[in-house]
Amino acid sequence: MIKFEQVSKTYPGGQRALSKVNFHVAPGEMAFLTGHSGAGKSTLLKLISIMERPTVGRVLINGHDLNVIKRRQIAYIRRDIGMIFQSHQLLMDKSVFDNVALPLIIEGYTHKETSRRVHAALDMVGLRAKARDLPIMLSGGEQQRVGIARAVVNKPPLLLADEPTGNLDPKLSMEIVRLFEDFNQAGVSVLIATHDLGLIARMRYRTLTLKDGCMITDGLDDGSQESYS
Amino acid sequence: MSLLFKGRPQGAKDSRVGLVQTLFMICVAHVRQGLSSLGELWRQPVASVMTVAVLGLSITLPSTLYILVKNTEKISAGWEQASEISLFLKKETNAASSQQLLTRLKTWPEIDSVTFIPADDALKEFQQLSGLGDAMAYLEANPLPDVVLVTPAEKYVTPAAAQRLLEKLKQQREVDVGKLDIEWLERLYGLLDIARELVTLIGGLLFISVVLIIGNTIRLNILSKKDEILVMKLVGATDAFIHRPFLYTGFWYGLLGGLIAWLAVIIILWWMDSSIQAFASLYQKEFNITGLTGSALLTMLGLSVTLGLVGSLISVQRHVREIEPK
Repeated sequence: MIKFEQVSKTYPGGQRALSKVNFHVAPGEMAFLTGHSGAGKSTLLKLISIMERPTVGRVLINGHDLNVIKRRQIAYIRRDIGMIFQSHQLLMDKSVFDNVALPLIIEGYTHKETSRRVHAALDMVGLRAKARDLPIMLSGGEQQRVGIARAVVNKPPLLLADEPTGNLDPKLSMEIVRLFEDFNQAGVSVLIATHDLGLIARMRYRTLTLKDGCMITDGLDDGSQESYS
Repeated sequence: MSLLFKGRPQGAKDSRVGLVQTLFMICVAHVRQGLSSLGELWRQPVASVMTVAVLGLSITLPSTLYILVKNTEKISAGWEQASEISLFLKKETNAASSQQLLTRLKTWPEIDSVTFIPADDALKEFQQLSGLGDAMAYLEANPLPDVVLVTPAEKYVTPAAAQRLLEKLKQQREVDVGKLDIEWLERLYGLLDIARELVTLIGGLLFISVVLIIGNTIRLNILSKKDEILVMKLVGATDAFIHRPFLYTGFWYGLLGGLIAWLAVIIILWWMDSSIQAFASLYQKEFNITGLTGSALLTMLGLSVTLGLVGSLISVQRHVREIEPK
């Protein structure tokens, strides 16, 4: 589903964020991406959503090389990728319903279809009753779940999450990860970047570890090794 | 259709709806975005009114000048009818041959009427009007020739036709000198040409400044919505989708500005009307300003909407591109 081939990324100014990263996340797989701050997690996710382009190497999604995607095609690529951010990226002056409906409005769904799908997505994250509220009235965990509902509302085959549990306590974090598991069981490929090692240890999923831009471990993290730092 | 996942539907185009419904949905989306842009203007009344007023007043000035020039052309077209040809006859022409000339000229189809002014009458008139009456008494003989005033027929009043008629009249053996009294008219036309060019020039400069002002206003709008644009780009909005509300804002600025300009022109012309009437009465002429027709309104609205759209288009092309999620 996601394949990195010898990917390096050097930012203008010479800062090297990733060097020669190779990995492959299979369709329907769920994986964690970890490493301490500045290890290159965010950069890796940005290469997948084409917010950045690799300096060297290829990033492939479903066998398609992202290097050949032109600027005006990026919008269409992002419609296939559900993205969840630590900072939610919600529109604070729009209701929860409008926030979740945004991807569908952009894609031009009918009002009826939009309404049906938004309510289904809000149902999944348990926020159906708060559709008319503004995000500012919700708790941090609820805001994150609105972001998740927005990411999955158009049923993308691929879900990326950047520190989705960053501001949440362990119990709420677990709820969020359980949500991702639900989507994964429905066939969605999921890649979650997090530095919450405790969470990873409890989940027993494949874990990709970055250190200073290099992929140092790729495999099942059994929680015994906390050695990357 | 998704670029990455073959067969994955993306949006209304691929979901199972008919062409008619797809088109209908596109129209609905446009109406919704158009109205929401209007709503945004409504929520910031002071800023919106100022922008619209700048646009409206900038169009008012060239429009008013244009209408005034057009009307002046119309009046002068009326004056042209009166253009007259003066024929000064040779000294040796006697009364009988003058009369013959008059009779001949009256048969010409180009000529509407002729008036004969004998040299003695002309001298008397000159003495009265010039104030040189006493000096004239010292003259041994009347220096003035007999004069025939020719008024061309309606078809021959244009400068070119009158000029041709003049050449023909000069061929007559009794005629010494012929003079066509249209020089002042040509000067007026020259002035009108300059005025027309001024209108174009002032209009052009003001239109450019309007485009820049609208562009800058839209730029500020874009910057104030930076977060929203970022989120929209993150969830897969195309540039065109993001541009649309701003283009609608430009459209509304243009439409409202055009209406203000129209109102302003009406008020200005109404205000000037009394002085124009007073001026026209000096010439014993009835004169009403025209030009505020439906087509003038449409032209002004069209122009104004175009300026609004061009301004916002330039701005969105430049500034939406600069906002990229990082």
